Amino acid sequence: MEAKEYKTIKTEIRLPYELAYGATWTRFFEGLKNKTIFGTKCTKCDRVLVPARSFCPRCFVDAEEWVAVSQVGTLIAWCYTNYKYFGMPTEPPFIGSLIRLNGTDVNFLHLMGGFDLNNFDEVKKIVKSGMKVEAVWSDDRKGHIMDIKYFRPL
Amino acid sequence: MGRPVAIIGVGQTKHGRRMDVSYPDLVREAVMAVFNETGLTPDDIDGVVSGTMPSMMEGIALTHFYFADAMQAAGKPIMKTETCGSTGVSIAHTAYYWVASGMADLVLAVGHEKMNEGNSQATMTTVAEPFYQRYFISGAPGVFSMQSQMWMDRYAIPEEKIRDAAAFISVTHHDSAFDNPYAHIKMRVTMDEVKNARIITYPVRLLDVCPNSDGACAVIFASKDMVKKLGRKPAWIRGVGYRGEEYFFGDSDKVVWESAIQAAKQAYDQAGIKNPRKELDVAEVYNPFTFQEMLFYECFGFCEPGESPDLVLKGTFSRKGELPCDPSGGTLCTNPIGATGLIRVAEAALQVTGKAGDHQVPKAKLALSHAMGGVDQFNGIMILGSKL
Repeated sequence: MEAKEYKTIKTEIRLPYELAYGATWTRFFEGLKNKTIFGTKCTKCDRVLVPARSFCPRCFVDAEEWVAVSQVGTLIAWCYTNYKYFGMPTEPPFIGSLIRLNGTDVNFLHLMGGFDLNNFDEVKKIVKSGMKVEAVWSDDRKGHIMDIKYFRPL
Repeated sequence: MGRPVAIIGVGQTKHGRRMDVSYPDLVREAVMAVFNETGLTPDDIDGVVSGTMPSMMEGIALTHFYFADAMQAAGKPIMKTETCGSTGVSIAHTAYYWVASGMADLVLAVGHEKMNEGNSQATMTTVAEPFYQRYFISGAPGVFSMQSQMWMDRYAIPEEKIRDAAAFISVTHHDSAFDNPYAHIKMRVTMDEVKNARIITYPVRLLDVCPNSDGACAVIFASKDMVKKLGRKPAWIRGVGYRGEEYFFGDSDKVVWESAIQAAKQAYDQAGIKNPRKELDVAEVYNPFTFQEMLFYECFGFCEPGESPDLVLKGTFSRKGELPCDPSGGTLCTNPIGATGLIRVAEAALQVTGKAGDHQVPKAKLALSHAMGGVDQFNGIMILGSKL
């Protein structure tokens, strides 16, 4: 079913957006700029949610109690990625990781790093689910999720 | 559950890389197939439901308007249902609700996708918002890799055993695709080839992953009166279930995966199913990734948590096993995403009406169909039976 005699058209859509963070995300990202990871605590179920939320997704009540959470946690799962697609915001190879920061009740999504990522067999020797990890900060912080460069093995 | 509803006909395109047709002509190919199969005409249809992945997949917004002509929807109610990977099952649910409510007697449901015209992983990544999750989720394979690791850790299943079971699934589904005239990937693979294939996102390798397919599927849903009037062999809808969970990937447990468990439970309760492995004759589980298919077996109660790799290797879910899963070759061999869930429903309907041809499971009377959508966020089920 390969097309031989039929033509195609190349086209593209590019649209600029400006998305509002609102108060909660703004404060969370300001926190990152100051090397603080903020979560918010639900007043009903007492879970500490990170990143900070304006409301608890389960209880639907405002999550108003701000907590500067631990920058140390446990690696829950990781994914070594070494392929690229259009618009991918992180340059491969990278290790997408779910991290349970100490004292929190959900898994925080970020990167593992601080070692050579180019050889998967070497990576596999270093990265183990269940290992303790710690946030490493960028020197050039802009109030952005990548102000944390990655989490390194402890 | 409202009025009884049955599927009375299905049509599929040949799925694959279909640069030989424009997108509307591809949709029409499936619609014509179901009209040819049933002998019905567009005049008989009371309403049309359609659905796809996000519009970025092909770069054209509101495709149900674009395909109004190809689906012969002018002059009728039309509705689009869009739930990411589970779109196809959601289309089926929408059509079902329409007939069950008494608002329609014959509804045409159409799912469609042309994944080769755009960039599928880039499209799927737009499901994640661009200030937190999008930086870390490497398309669909990344999400499923993390999920399969969590599953492996939770039940301390030896990695080698899971790897073997996943390879077994890949080999058997690729073999089954040869018996499905509409399947995309037709390729014999060996256990060693699967286990040594290129890593996509560890532990997922190339032959553990579905292809990018172009294709469409059309299904006609009918009321009981219409089934009688038309005298066609019906596949009765015996149960439907759909459940979601929180948006952020890290907010809910993806091993004891509540959306999958509860969606199945809702459908089982309606169908009166207590022991799915014994009572179901066949299942079309949404399986874009070999590892994830095994987790679904556990969430759907086909076996105990952590038990699926052993049973896979014993052949429990193979074509001649106790509960054959994905005899069509499944999503692993054919994945035009907006159509994929509806293809699962269509395959289940073919099985319980004895029309599945070379991949027919003998005497199948009760079948489960399923699809999953979002960043592991939503699961939908439809159970079909030869009897009401």
